[in-house]
Amino acid sequence: MTQRARVPRQQPLSWRVIVRVSLAGMQRRLMRSIVTVSCVVLALAFLSYMLVLADVTEALVALNDAALNVALQDHGVDIYAETQTDPMTVLLIGLALLTCTVGIANSMLMSVTERVREIGTLKCLGARDRFILRSYLVESSLQGLCGAVVGILLGCLIAVVISAITYPGYVARAFPFLPVMRSIGLSLVCGMVIAIGASLWPARVAAHKRPVEALRVEE
Amino acid sequence: MADEIIAIRGVTKTYRMGEQEIHALRGIDLTIRQGEYVSIMGPSGSGKSTLFNIIGGLDAPTAGEVYVEGCRLADLDSDQLAWVRCHKIGFIFQTFNLVRTMTARENVAIARMFAGIGYDQACVEAEGVLERVGLGHRLHHLPSQVSGGQQQRIAIARALVNKPLIILADEPTGNLDLRTGQDIIDLLNEMKRSLGITVITATHDMKMISASDMLVRIRSGAIEERLNKEEMDVSIGTIDGETVA
Repeated sequence: MTQRARVPRQQPLSWRVIVRVSLAGMQRRLMRSIVTVSCVVLALAFLSYMLVLADVTEALVALNDAALNVALQDHGVDIYAETQTDPMTVLLIGLALLTCTVGIANSMLMSVTERVREIGTLKCLGARDRFILRSYLVESSLQGLCGAVVGILLGCLIAVVISAITYPGYVARAFPFLPVMRSIGLSLVCGMVIAIGASLWPARVAAHKRPVEALRVEE
Repeated sequence: MADEIIAIRGVTKTYRMGEQEIHALRGIDLTIRQGEYVSIMGPSGSGKSTLFNIIGGLDAPTAGEVYVEGCRLADLDSDQLAWVRCHKIGFIFQTFNLVRTMTARENVAIARMFAGIGYDQACVEAEGVLERVGLGHRLHHLPSQVSGGQQQRIAIARALVNKPLIILADEPTGNLDLRTGQDIIDLLNEMKRSLGITVITATHDMKMISASDMLVRIRSGAIEERLNKEEMDVSIGTIDGETVA
């Protein structure tokens, strides 16, 4: 028992090291990163487009301008509705986000399968489960952040440009800064949650691989 | 004995494959002293790799005990085993097993980082070891950009960077041609001499065996023959009629 106390425990790596290692890995596995990132970009562009469009439309309805109301109704907007997000839209957004989550999880699982040997080797070198788990999570949150930022910019831009073209002059007059900021924040949170949530399971699969089995896998 | 670095006592390993029990190891007793160069020989499926995994703390024996530096591996939890692997043991594989997305320097430095050294310092130390194995000019190459022999050198640098007591090399020359294989053997030998590292290799390579202090032959999970250096010189010449280089 005295011997047991003599051997120290392997200490975890600092986050700084993990981030640098993950960043280097992402750069060199660029194609796989791009697949994950573009999943997030597409889903988040759709989400933020829908949210911002609803914000802008609500602000336009609130203007209560006669000519504008006619134009709004011409475009199928229910100006008497309390909110411009109907259940169908919510369902669509939900489906898009779900598809995105599954896409990321799939891409991450493939990356785990590709790297089984690598994970086994790292464990031989003294990596603990936590290092593998954390480096996967760091990787996916960075990818989530990149994808979310690009997707949100894209979605907002399209929403604003389309409504500015459809209702010329009015959008600038009644641009709903606060609600749009809130929608952007919500989208960002959604993006991160999706990216991290989708990779939790693959990351656990990777971290719990036993080195003996991992090393036996043929490349 | 004070210089006993690895002691294996009555180790057995049984795998269960459905109804069938497979006895990978059937009672191995082996003592390895500090600074020895031990070759383990045996046909594939003889239990060599299982023995390696057990010495390296990657797999637990079904029965029996393994001591590394007088410390019983069965007493350690997984974090302590990780510490032992990181600080005391260097692994070298037949298939090199470098991380494909990391440069030579990063592949070596990551092992140093696991020992708690910061990123920049680990890179500096990795450069030093890579220079030592003759790869000072390949620091920023990816494994796919260098030859097999050079990849194995990177792997050796990685195994050495934490100044281990033991190197476990599972057929390190198995994927290399004769000439590069010889270079790797010379390199391991030099490390053994200059750093006093205990080298344990599994091999079929006659040149490797002639360089070793002890030869252990394993067949169907048991030690069939154990020869020290003097005994070997006589018997090796007769193995399958191969001549020793």
